[in-house]
Amino acid sequence: MPVETQERIELGAGLKEIAVDVVERAMKAGATAADAIARDGNEFSTLVRLGEVETLKESGARALGLRVFVGKRVAATHTSDFSREGVERLVSSAITLAKATSEDPVAGLPDAASLGSLTQNLDLYYDDVYSLSTADRIDYARRAEAAALAVDARITNSDGGSFEAATGYKVLANSLAFVGEYRRSYCSVSAVPIAQADGSAMQRDYWYSASRTLQKLESPEAVGRKAAERTLRRVGARKVATQKVPVVFDPMVARGIIDHVFDAVNGDAIYRHASYLAGKLGEQIAGENITIIDDGTMVGGFGSSPFDGEGVPTRRTVVVERGVLKSYLLNTYTARKLKLQTTGNAARGLTGNPGIGSGNFFLQPGDKSPKEILRDIPNGLYVTEFLGFGVNLVTGDFSRGASGLWIENGELTFPVEEITVAGNLKDMLWNVSAIGNDLEFRSSIAAPTLRIDGMTIAGE
Amino acid sequence: MDHRAFFFQRLGLTNRDLERYLAAALTAGGDYADLYFEYHTSTSLSLDESLIKSATQGISAGCGVRVISGERTGYAYTDDLSPERILRAARTAALIASGPNKQPVVNLKDPTGGHTLYAIASPSVDAEVAAKVELLQRADRNARSYDSRIVQVRASYADELRRILVVGSDGVIASDSQPLARMSIFCIAKDGQNSARGNSGGGGRVGIEYFQTEKTPDYFAHEAARQAIIQLDARETPAGEMEVVLGPGWPGVLLHEAVGHGLEADFNRKKTSAFAGLVGKRVASEKVTVVDHGTMPSKRGSINVDDEGSPTQHTTLIENGILKGYISDKLSARLMGIANTGNGRRESYEHIPMPRMTNTYMLAGQDDPKDIIKSVKRGLFAVNFGGGQVDITNGKFVFSASEAYLIEDGEITAPVKNATLIGNGPDVLTRVSMVGNDLELDEGVGTCGKDGQSVPVGVGMPTIKVDRLTVGGTG
Repeated sequence: MPVETQERIELGAGLKEIAVDVVERAMKAGATAADAIARDGNEFSTLVRLGEVETLKESGARALGLRVFVGKRVAATHTSDFSREGVERLVSSAITLAKATSEDPVAGLPDAASLGSLTQNLDLYYDDVYSLSTADRIDYARRAEAAALAVDARITNSDGGSFEAATGYKVLANSLAFVGEYRRSYCSVSAVPIAQADGSAMQRDYWYSASRTLQKLESPEAVGRKAAERTLRRVGARKVATQKVPVVFDPMVARGIIDHVFDAVNGDAIYRHASYLAGKLGEQIAGENITIIDDGTMVGGFGSSPFDGEGVPTRRTVVVERGVLKSYLLNTYTARKLKLQTTGNAARGLTGNPGIGSGNFFLQPGDKSPKEILRDIPNGLYVTEFLGFGVNLVTGDFSRGASGLWIENGELTFPVEEITVAGNLKDMLWNVSAIGNDLEFRSSIAAPTLRIDGMTIAGE
Repeated sequence: MDHRAFFFQRLGLTNRDLERYLAAALTAGGDYADLYFEYHTSTSLSLDESLIKSATQGISAGCGVRVISGERTGYAYTDDLSPERILRAARTAALIASGPNKQPVVNLKDPTGGHTLYAIASPSVDAEVAAKVELLQRADRNARSYDSRIVQVRASYADELRRILVVGSDGVIASDSQPLARMSIFCIAKDGQNSARGNSGGGGRVGIEYFQTEKTPDYFAHEAARQAIIQLDARETPAGEMEVVLGPGWPGVLLHEAVGHGLEADFNRKKTSAFAGLVGKRVASEKVTVVDHGTMPSKRGSINVDDEGSPTQHTTLIENGILKGYISDKLSARLMGIANTGNGRRESYEHIPMPRMTNTYMLAGQDDPKDIIKSVKRGLFAVNFGGGQVDITNGKFVFSASEAYLIEDGEITAPVKNATLIGNGPDVLTRVSMVGNDLELDEGVGTCGKDGQSVPVGVGMPTIKVDRLTVGGTG
């Protein structure tokens, strides 16, 4: 395998000028306000399966997005064509399209006074993610898989080990003279072993480590071993009877529940009354043990950035404090709809109007270790995986496929699968009877181990 | 049909250039290489609070180069279509192989025959934007007039044209222009303290006329509003195993999750699917025949050629309960020594192709749907679903009902809340005891995700009865 790495042009070179230029062109073409986003990124990924390289992918791509306002009408266009014709078409299409939309009194850029970019170093970019040779990157993936395969003879197959590295650059410019830019880096190593024992079905699970710098990536061996342990504990899983018992969610699935809360406090869902939390600001919506925070300013965080998708500085927002709903998460549009202030949570994709995105969104940890939480439960379910997406945010109804381990006398016993866990988010946030001390950020949304009472398990 | 001219003219490409790029891709050996050119244009409009709040248009173009050496795949892509950048991508992808330079025997064949499953609409013009706005406003008016309890309506119209050119070192050169349009409507109903939602939508490889004449905004708006109003009175869904009747059409997502993914050849080649080694064995009741059919005119999951340039096909997956075979792409077909079924698909030029479904459905049976309902003592009748998911290794799958009713003593009674159904792929179809004579395809809304890649698909099914399935309610 050759170890050469292709030369790369500096990430984001020239894009700032292009973004500023596109905004100027849009204004000349008849826009009354505009913003432009330009992105550049590199990605590398490799998958090693049963010791052999299966895929190797390496590339880079750029794209340009424009949003124009013509009075109170808005439209957005995007392109991967940076040629003069491409940019001219981007601008003229946007102006033409805007004329097709309705006047919306609330539409517009943020107030000039709210624009800005955090000045502290958020530690989001490390060029070491690209420092490894191709051979070394492959070796990361190979080591993760090998460690998983070595754990136990019941690990009979594998969906492989992988290593990924990515860097991204983003610049946002608008007609209120805001220009902001930042770079972010990402690397990850993962393993997906498959286990089988006589007479039982194959089982697969995974583990990974991700970081903005190679230095903080867990060792491939540790990742592989953990992946194997998670897979092995599923072997021989069975269904259980339909019943109501205490349910403990491990941090990887507790994160999924907190993610639903994020969706329910999303300003778009709130002003449209598409969330069961609409109109509940200031009310007690959860037990006093629940405090949920969104923080876009965490150093090195997966959800951190110096400004949001509209050029508003990110911040730390207490969303739920001791069970009281203190704030929704808003961008400029949803804030104006609700007669509130933006919380700096605008998410700007390449195209369309900005939506709502999280910073680092998490449930404050409690003081119990996961073991202590289990110890109190004579008979219950420990959920380690959700399957499917069965949540209705309008009503709060929650029903998802699950697998995990049965709890007996405070200990984890046999594995369980092909069951569902159901309840309603409204009740679930009141019925959290224990919160773990094991909060850890593996992505931009995080939660510690959670025990929730009163949920229904459907099985046999 | 030959859609090459678009790329040849636009990029000034010649067959010689293509051969040169392929040669660069095979500089380190490699068994096979292909180039995938894509030029994708999209537009969308959306309505919220009776206002057209969003209008977008976009262009994405690029070229992906793949090199296969044994079981290894090297991949690189570029969004800059200059010869230097394509050559650079080719040399990067070439790194996967480690042998001597291979001079490809390239003699690009002209495409012959092939499907013509859809018409290509002329590019969007201003007049068409106005017509789309009118469709959305019509949907809004209709949904609101359905019932005064409908308090929110969102509607969107999105269409795209994806032009592709695929050139393989095996001499295959293929091209296609794939239109796709979809209308979606979302309603919220409110009655005192109760709120409920309803969703509807549809489309396919069609132009705007489809929504003006065949399936109008009125139809979709009525459907979304109807669901939301019904859900206002929904009761607790029962929990546990019971008899489940699935209505025709979109509930076919059951097949997609329970058996479709498990029959994709890559998982079976790697023996990571619960279906590995089951060809020739019984995996369903004898009333069950399931096909993957990529050549249905105008359907969302149909394509003239797949993303490796192979014509799509009609493939029988399960025949009278017996597993007949897998859906495959070039790589899995070669490594497994099976036929290539023309299911090599990818999301875009940034992605490596893999076996994917097209339109997957169960053939009609003999039973009258009324008799199927009558046969159930206590169970669930599920007619609309949200998404689903499957763990192909242990075979467990879920799909979430968004409209369902209780069946009591052979009668459909009360509507129930949204709930997830869970089962085991390799045996759920063995419990299908009745198959209706009312096969329907879904309206054209399905998007399937696999390894982070999304592609449009279709599903379908007649009314069926599953004797035992776990329903994830709270009651």
